[in-house]
Amino acid sequence: MNRINTIADLDYWQESLKVDQPEGLAQVTVCGGTGCRAYGSEKVWKAFETELSSIQADVDLVYEVKPTGCHGFCEKGPLVVIRPQGIFYVHVQVKDVPEIIRETLLGGKIIERLLYTDPVEGKKIIHEEDVPFYKHQHRFVLGLNGIIDPVKIEDYIAKGGYQSLKKALTTLSPLEVIEEVKQSGLRGRGGAGFTTGVKWELCRNNIKTGTDGGYIICNADEGDPGAYMDRSVMEGNPHSVIEGMIIGAYAIGVHQGYVYIRAEYPLAVQNLRVAIEQAEAAGLLGEDILGNGFDFSLGIRLGAGAFVCGEETALMASIEGRTGEPRSRPPYPAESGLWGKPSNINNVETWANIPLIIARSGQQYASLGTQNSKGTKIFSLVGKINNTGLVEVPMGITLRQIVYDIGGGIPNGKRFKAAQLGGPSGGCIPAEHLDTQIDYESLKRLGAIMGSGGMVIADEDTCMVDFARYFMSFTQEESCGKCVPCRVGTKAMLDTLERICAGEGKIEDIDYLEELGNHIKEASLCGLGQTAPNPVLSTIRYFREEYEAHILDKTCPAKVCKALITYRVDESLCTGCTACKIACPAGAIFGESKEAHVIDEDLCIRCGMCMSTCRFNAIEVV
Amino acid sequence: MPDKYAEEKMIQLTINDQKLTIPEGRTLLEACREHGIYIPTLCYHPALEPFGACRLCMVEVSFSPRPPRIVASCVTPCETGMQVYTDTPAVRKSRKMTAELMLSEAHHSTELQLIARNLGVDTLRYQAPSDDDCILCGLCVRACKEIVGVSAITTIYRGFSKQVSPPFQIESSTCIGCGTCVLVCPTNAIKLEDISEFANNRYDPQNIMRADEILVDDSPGVYRALRKRQLQPGSNGHGNNA
Repeated sequence: MNRINTIADLDYWQESLKVDQPEGLAQVTVCGGTGCRAYGSEKVWKAFETELSSIQADVDLVYEVKPTGCHGFCEKGPLVVIRPQGIFYVHVQVKDVPEIIRETLLGGKIIERLLYTDPVEGKKIIHEEDVPFYKHQHRFVLGLNGIIDPVKIEDYIAKGGYQSLKKALTTLSPLEVIEEVKQSGLRGRGGAGFTTGVKWELCRNNIKTGTDGGYIICNADEGDPGAYMDRSVMEGNPHSVIEGMIIGAYAIGVHQGYVYIRAEYPLAVQNLRVAIEQAEAAGLLGEDILGNGFDFSLGIRLGAGAFVCGEETALMASIEGRTGEPRSRPPYPAESGLWGKPSNINNVETWANIPLIIARSGQQYASLGTQNSKGTKIFSLVGKINNTGLVEVPMGITLRQIVYDIGGGIPNGKRFKAAQLGGPSGGCIPAEHLDTQIDYESLKRLGAIMGSGGMVIADEDTCMVDFARYFMSFTQEESCGKCVPCRVGTKAMLDTLERICAGEGKIEDIDYLEELGNHIKEASLCGLGQTAPNPVLSTIRYFREEYEAHILDKTCPAKVCKALITYRVDESLCTGCTACKIACPAGAIFGESKEAHVIDEDLCIRCGMCMSTCRFNAIEVV
Repeated sequence: MPDKYAEEKMIQLTINDQKLTIPEGRTLLEACREHGIYIPTLCYHPALEPFGACRLCMVEVSFSPRPPRIVASCVTPCETGMQVYTDTPAVRKSRKMTAELMLSEAHHSTELQLIARNLGVDTLRYQAPSDDDCILCGLCVRACKEIVGVSAITTIYRGFSKQVSPPFQIESSTCIGCGTCVLVCPTNAIKLEDISEFANNRYDPQNIMRADEILVDDSPGVYRALRKRQLQPGSNGHGNNA
């Protein structure tokens, strides 16, 4: 790779790449995101490569095999898309590869078996763009994820990559870049939703008056349970984050940046490392970028897996090599951040939005979304939902559209109960608010937050007390332990919830949880404690009757909490097949063959094995 | 105002509706203490960097455009236009709740019992599974770092499992046995013991696992000086029971 020294070099490189990779090129794209890799996608594309190269001498078949970033539809992995037709195959295994080559690539025929079946209408869908999961999305930040090879800078350049950087460096002054970002209305995608342009301006103003520079940081310490959009962006399109950061550095006026990324994301770390090396080799990072006299270098710092290090002051402490503990603000990072210098922290998705804003204009970007929330947001849709995966939607879409149109509804015809937004810092939104528009303000009004975009769906079989207990156990575990309300308060809340789930709750516990929760929110030092009680407070707000049922009636309405349920054999349905008796790990089931069995409540450990073994629906939970 | 402040920029704010002029760079707590306004603290020490961990020094601040909120006065700088209230129902409630949580973590500590009672705690609704008196105020760790300059102790683990320990739970090679950590501890969770019979007069790694087991050697001068002190709350600069 030659170093790009001028704008003309970049344009020439892009043009020549476009000749090499014309639109409509025959490609087999295989999802190489972490989810699909876990399903074995790496073996699938290797199989495609081997099979194709072995037959290419004999037949006239030119197909490029391309491992890409995450396509988002993780539920159906490994995903294979045959381009340019856009034929969409799901759950592709190595044994399917010869058949795909023979039937589809050579014969032009569709393999029905590998097509996606719409769970709502039950019909097979051939093309990627017709799949409801994708059809209702607005894939903007994730746009190139399923198309380019993340470890090839050429792919990104060919698709117009680094053109926004060119535009910013050559046609916009730093202040004009900030103005564009302000006009776009972009707000931080990491949680609190602070206006990005204003944040940049504050940092820039502090650097101008200071003497020895500052830093920009990419917060890639994504830690919410069930949230992985930042990981997918870094895995699938790392150059978009790098380009966003170079533009940000130019606008703010700094020359050093860091990506703080958790070590549990090995593929994202690897792809980002490769991308940084490529950008350095191409002269897009380093000194005199694009011959414009601007210098910027970018380093990676690995986090050791503490959730609290996603909090900006703890993150900076961790980069400095100190214990990842938050400190009180002010001073804000924009005044005194990393090593005491003005610093600007944005999360991965925010940085990845920057090239898209500059490529268009702030105003055009702002045409998408609601009054105060612009652009798109990536949610990771998980839990009791048919189509698990990453969805990118315009702000202002309703929760109902996400759950039903994109998510394909709740599995097994169950009823939607609630959606937990914003992970352990967020709150739940019950069915009666399904038509709420997704934007920063309306979510806050309902007691949830946008957060980084985790969306966990609960169905009628989810116990909301247990649900809240789970998130509380997470924050309690992840509290750094510095301040008293968070350290002791979350422990007190968790212990109280555990007592309620165990059927030992007292009615005054609910008031105590509310009082304590509000106190922790108000008195804690950092964002972790200030939001940790949200799952409990919002479930009390919307599902108080479930708490009361656990406490007063000693029952778990969703039949989840083990101490409050009993497994029983319905004698009229039991055939005495002994399957449950054999399956029971506790030896709690008794009965002769061909006679109705009984479960000994005292021995039963409530694991549910009998229920999933029984073919006659004879086991019930009461 | 003393002469040394003549050159300093001054901040105008009100504390409990009283108009005050404060030199720039003071925290709300410092401003209150200078003007004789009572604020309880535990993790604060005038000789150490403020930490903001005990959350007892909460005050209510109205500072437009933000709505009134409760902040920790030890880490909040004074700013012109702030309206500060140090004794509102919300402030009292916040301090009481925090004191209750703190006491539930170290309910054997007589010092803490006194503080909690003064802040209105009459019942403990929760008892944390904890058997020592350490409340992780960080005074020992910060004193060791900032005053003694050796960082022989630190905090390890996180959340409720957090504890004070030599780094990596191994014998500290930097401890000079000065006993400052014992002196600053507000709940007497660190005990001074004579370990002169041991060949090694520093930390014994087998025993040094918890804050209340930190042993300090008996270099004679230090030993006698420490034994003479009565480690009562209020005698060590915390100002809680002043």
